[in-house]
Amino acid sequence: MAEDIRLMKGNEAIAEAAIRAGCRAYFGYPITPQNELTAYMARHMLDRKRTFIQAESEVSAINMVYGAAAAGARSMTSSSSPGVSLKQEGISYICGADLPAVIVNVARSGPGLGGISPGQADYFQSTRGGGHGDYYHFVLAPKSVQEAADLTYEAFDLSDEWRIPAMILADGLIGQMMEGVVLPAERELSKLPKRPYAVGDQAKQGRPINHVSSINLVPLELEASVRARFERYAKIKETLVRYEETQVEDADLVLVAYGTSARVSLGALQEARKAGLKVGLFRPITLWPFPEKRLAELAGKGKRFLAVEMSMGQMVEDVRLAVNGKAPVEFYGRCGGVIPTEDEVLAAARKILGK
Amino acid sequence: MELAYGHPKSLKPIQTKYCPGCGHGVIHRVIAEVIDELGLQGSSIITNPVGCSIWADLYFDFDSVQPAHGRTPAAATGIKRVLPDHLVICYQGDGDLAAIGTAEIIHAANRGEKFTTIFVNNAIYGMTGGQMAPTTLVGQHATTAPYGRDPVEAGMGYPIRVLEMLATLGGTKYLARGSVNNAANIRKTKQYIKKAFEAQMRGEGFTMVEILSPCPTNWSMGAGESVEWLEKNMIPFYALGEVKNTLEEAAK
Repeated sequence: MAEDIRLMKGNEAIAEAAIRAGCRAYFGYPITPQNELTAYMARHMLDRKRTFIQAESEVSAINMVYGAAAAGARSMTSSSSPGVSLKQEGISYICGADLPAVIVNVARSGPGLGGISPGQADYFQSTRGGGHGDYYHFVLAPKSVQEAADLTYEAFDLSDEWRIPAMILADGLIGQMMEGVVLPAERELSKLPKRPYAVGDQAKQGRPINHVSSINLVPLELEASVRARFERYAKIKETLVRYEETQVEDADLVLVAYGTSARVSLGALQEARKAGLKVGLFRPITLWPFPEKRLAELAGKGKRFLAVEMSMGQMVEDVRLAVNGKAPVEFYGRCGGVIPTEDEVLAAARKILGK
Repeated sequence: MELAYGHPKSLKPIQTKYCPGCGHGVIHRVIAEVIDELGLQGSSIITNPVGCSIWADLYFDFDSVQPAHGRTPAAATGIKRVLPDHLVICYQGDGDLAAIGTAEIIHAANRGEKFTTIFVNNAIYGMTGGQMAPTTLVGQHATTAPYGRDPVEAGMGYPIRVLEMLATLGGTKYLARGSVNNAANIRKTKQYIKKAFEAQMRGEGFTMVEILSPCPTNWSMGAGESVEWLEKNMIPFYALGEVKNTLEEAAK
């Protein structure tokens, strides 16, 4: 049987993938450029008699996610940059209470209200634990509608397995453009992973009572729980790093880019190769955990790097940390919602290579 | 022989950390008694707020979730939507509910979320040490209203009557105000809570019981004096009784 390929916007594909992953509760608030996602969830979650709420704010939406996750449901919220800033408080609590959740950021350009055009300036906020306290969470960066659907679907499993929220960091271009997508199979709700730490059905399960909380006023105990979380982070860094390499082996210059800027960089690479320039592309798929070991290896092989971003340079700091002075790392970026062109990236590569 | 009166099963047999004369302990007990009477201990969930009653989960012997300051109604919304057959209690103080969480409580109420809010109004911030609350009375002293709450010159605004404000919303079905200043009012408060819990379990809509409660520590009074102050100052402004009752049972 031929594959069922559907033509969908990225926002809609993320929504449909979430439903198929077993998302039982979705909470959103209108913000451009992710509105199709909320509208799709409204129609299709309500059709399935699952929970959909248009919340009064992004702050409320993430706290509804907190409650639904504590009650054992796969739950999700989506927004765009200014709205995700508002969610950071809730994300910190979700991390502090060790709950799974999926957060989608269809990023735009900032700071402040900024613009509604695609941006990658939320990298720091996403990968550094954007709220208060010591924590990290998964950050997955799709480059296409297909990958947006696949990573969203997987985000629910990763989050459940590790009791750490997973963020999909897309941007307005990924969210708004239409591409062919093969959607993952629908999960049966009854077969999703159990959450023995969740509240509800205490008598039915005959277990001791559960408290979902992030508070602990005893410094040594709180330190121990933060350290235990960091041990999980260390295991994740060992096993779950993901990236894609294109013509990196023989490259003199490796472009490093994720999401939309990786699409542009791939075009620049193809042009460069036509011109006989040995350019490769390294595309991090997990922004946290960041593929630092592999970048260090490549630096050890004498590669040079050019980070390409739709920001004034955020991921480039992780590239520099990974490379740790062993190789030169240059940067090319546009911001304010401007998407760099292939020609611009190629020109930046030529300048570095002196060709 | 059946035991007619004893320590409620839904409340752990331990001493609370609350200050002498604080109302939280009595309120906890009354809630636990109602839960026992309704046989809901094994399917109750409390969301305890940021404030003194963040400790509620130490005392109630059933599941709990502790959300961020003011976000209690949003978290309770998420829980109740996922577990509609459970008794979900959204326990909040005046700072949590009427200041930082104003948006959350208004919209949860307006959506007719089917949980019960227990709103403990002591007209002051307790845990942080006696700052002015939205429900602080005009002229009442607080660390951040050292000369008394002055709504005009200092622009400190007026005390908010939350139930009367929420009564205009279509989603609210039962709103009542009780007090823990004496045994008669405690009994009435218990009746309000029972009505609200029963309505919740019938799935009727948003229910809330506000409870006037003394805070001797932050009012800088003795326990006895604080009860007198509550009676003299709070009850005249925050009238006791059912502010709204459109429950199906009431319509019969």
